Amino acid sequence: MAPVYDTLDNLQFGETAVIESVGNDDMSLRLLDMGCVPGEAVILEKIAPLGDPIAIQVSGSLLSMRLAEASTVRIRRTLN
Amino acid sequence: MSTVAETNSSTRHLKVALAGKPNCGKSTLFNALTGLNQKTGNFPGVTVDKKTGSARLKKNGKTIEAEYIDLPGTYSLYPKSIDEEVACEVLSDPDNPDHPDLVIIVADATNLKRCLFIATQIIDLGMPSILALNMIDELKKSGQQIDTQKLSERLGIPVVEVSAREGTGIEALEQLIVKDLEPSSVHTIGLSEIESDAINALRASGKNFPLYRLLHYAQRVMRKGGDEEAKKILAAQKFNSIRAQSEESMLRYAFIGELVRACSGISPGSSEMTRKIDRVLTHKFWGYIFFIVILLLIFQSIFSLATYPMDWIEQGFSALGTWCVQTLPQGELTDLLVNGLLAGLSGVLVFIPQIALLFMFIAILEDTGYMARVSFIMDKLMRRFGLNGRSVIPLIGGMACAVPAIMSTRTITSWKERLITIFITPLMSCSARLPVYTLLVALTIPDKPFLGIFTYQGLAMMALYVLGFFTALISALVLKWLVKAREKSFFIMELPVYRMPQWKTVFLTIYEKVKVFLFDAGKVIIAISIVLWVLVSHAPGDSFRQVERKYATSSLPEEEKQAHIASEKLETSYAGRLGKTIEPVIRPLGYDWKIGISLITSFAAREVFVGTMATIYGAGSENDMRPIRERMRSQTDPRTGQKVYTAATGFSLLIFYAFALQCMSTIAVVRRETKGWKWPVIQFLYMGGLAYFASFVTYQLLK
Repeated sequence: MAPVYDTLDNLQFGETAVIESVGNDDMSLRLLDMGCVPGEAVILEKIAPLGDPIAIQVSGSLLSMRLAEASTVRIRRTLN
Repeated sequence: MSTVAETNSSTRHLKVALAGKPNCGKSTLFNALTGLNQKTGNFPGVTVDKKTGSARLKKNGKTIEAEYIDLPGTYSLYPKSIDEEVACEVLSDPDNPDHPDLVIIVADATNLKRCLFIATQIIDLGMPSILALNMIDELKKSGQQIDTQKLSERLGIPVVEVSAREGTGIEALEQLIVKDLEPSSVHTIGLSEIESDAINALRASGKNFPLYRLLHYAQRVMRKGGDEEAKKILAAQKFNSIRAQSEESMLRYAFIGELVRACSGISPGSSEMTRKIDRVLTHKFWGYIFFIVILLLIFQSIFSLATYPMDWIEQGFSALGTWCVQTLPQGELTDLLVNGLLAGLSGVLVFIPQIALLFMFIAILEDTGYMARVSFIMDKLMRRFGLNGRSVIPLIGGMACAVPAIMSTRTITSWKERLITIFITPLMSCSARLPVYTLLVALTIPDKPFLGIFTYQGLAMMALYVLGFFTALISALVLKWLVKAREKSFFIMELPVYRMPQWKTVFLTIYEKVKVFLFDAGKVIIAISIVLWVLVSHAPGDSFRQVERKYATSSLPEEEKQAHIASEKLETSYAGRLGKTIEPVIRPLGYDWKIGISLITSFAAREVFVGTMATIYGAGSENDMRPIRERMRSQTDPRTGQKVYTAATGFSLLIFYAFALQCMSTIAVVRRETKGWKWPVIQFLYMGGLAYFASFVTYQLLK
């Protein structure tokens, strides 16, 4: 199956994807430090009741971020 | 107690830093290593708390004094906030006064992957270090284990299993601490490819550091400057700091992923229990309901539970005061002791039950991991006002007392969001306003039913709380546009696994906060109380004697005579004269000089208003509200012959107390939290200006 590229904020609830790349600013470096490294699998585990922020499972812990921050993370998903 | 001689001859000092990511149990381990033998200071020049402590360890019969420093939690050696900056400076700069001899890297054994990032950075810096695998009991309970032998070999440093909660492994750790460890001979990752031209050029310029220290140094120079020569070299080689950092992060995670697979064979996910609890606590509907119930519980206990110890403190001091008056010789000194010092002390101590309770709840919420969820569900709402999900708890706490609430804003990492929270918290109607509201509402608003179940008085009370809340939000909006952000605000935050609260941590938090309040805010409160006492109990020349002479031959009953004397003395005292001086200014708000005195004395604390009113109107007892109210109601203005306390004056006063920052404890605590006089002064002027303007409009419209 061909991989489909998208950004992390477009992930659906409960959906899995693999991180492709992160941006190149200070905030993205923080994401890297927190385990959002290319090649890691992510699951969208939680969406705050008002739709923002979201929480993803990555590198063994639950990481919350705002949608604006998630939109800088490129992901790859394999459609079945 | 040791003698000085012993300290000089055989004691060695060893500086030990505890480092690690947030939520890895670092502070718990720090508490286990130091007990109550700790103190909080400041890192020079920044608004970051520095927790230090000490313990005496033995090695071959000799004493080693271990000086521990609990560094702020950080995910990486490339700091993103002031707290992290401090931790990184201490670890990476050998010239830093707090630079340790040894680092204890604390890792959460149940979430090893995330913890090893900072660990490998510290190891590569070449610091002698120990890896403390904390929460090992939890890992074993879930049937898993870590091959510490292999972990130790691959990292090149000793690894020790501890459980700071249970107190296991602490002795083994202490034995390692005194061992004079060497830095690791292992470089965890191959860094030589990263920006090699720039790094080689830097080394050629005479910086003979180990590779990672050099790379880290290059990053630091790029971020902070300081070494112009190095900066020039790096610029000439087109050193790309962001690319270097992201390459490093990826290399590290690759190494860590492989290492964790080799040493534990597990890939930890979030626990099933946490997922189940979260399903309720972050639920669209139940999440908010649960949060509101928690808030009500906190609010209720701060309001009702705290009143018992508060009453004991006040009664205790009043009994002590009576005893002093009866036993000590009459005179200035006794008066200063009773009405100045004891009154001031009582005013400080009376806040302690509320502070202790609020911090107990906050510590429990933090410790269990619930606070992160509150921030998570509230962030979007709060963001619109320039606030943060983490501003919610201080704002609610402000309805009890702004002092502990402001102290609890520490959990907000962005300085701008924290500052706005500190700034608007005193606008929430606190419990000290309650007695003032009670008196004034009873005086101005008719006690008539409204829609059957409510009364106008009850509605007015609620309106005052709502007024405070909305003014706070509007002020936040204004500040959002005015204050410049020092760092970009983001909400990348770990949601930790739910854990049972630890009573030792809770207790130490309460102890720490109460201590800080007593010593820092207490000093200012007592000083101002004494100044107020001087102003109220002294008068220029022999004014007081004249008052006494006037009543010496009076035929009034003794009690009434004393009341008249007290009231006239107040009028002629410095405070009274001050009241008369400011009368022209407060006249447009509908106040006379007597209310002016109350405004001045309430600067100490708002609730002093009631007591001052009692003194001014010569009512005998402060506890008997009715006579004060009646006397106030019957007051007439000698100039116009009209009643002083009309509806216009009453409303105007209520609005004034709702807005004005008449609380020196708050001012003292804001000064402490913002490390300077700038913000408390701006806040005082802003709230004072707001109070004056709103009261002016209210009075002019209603009169």
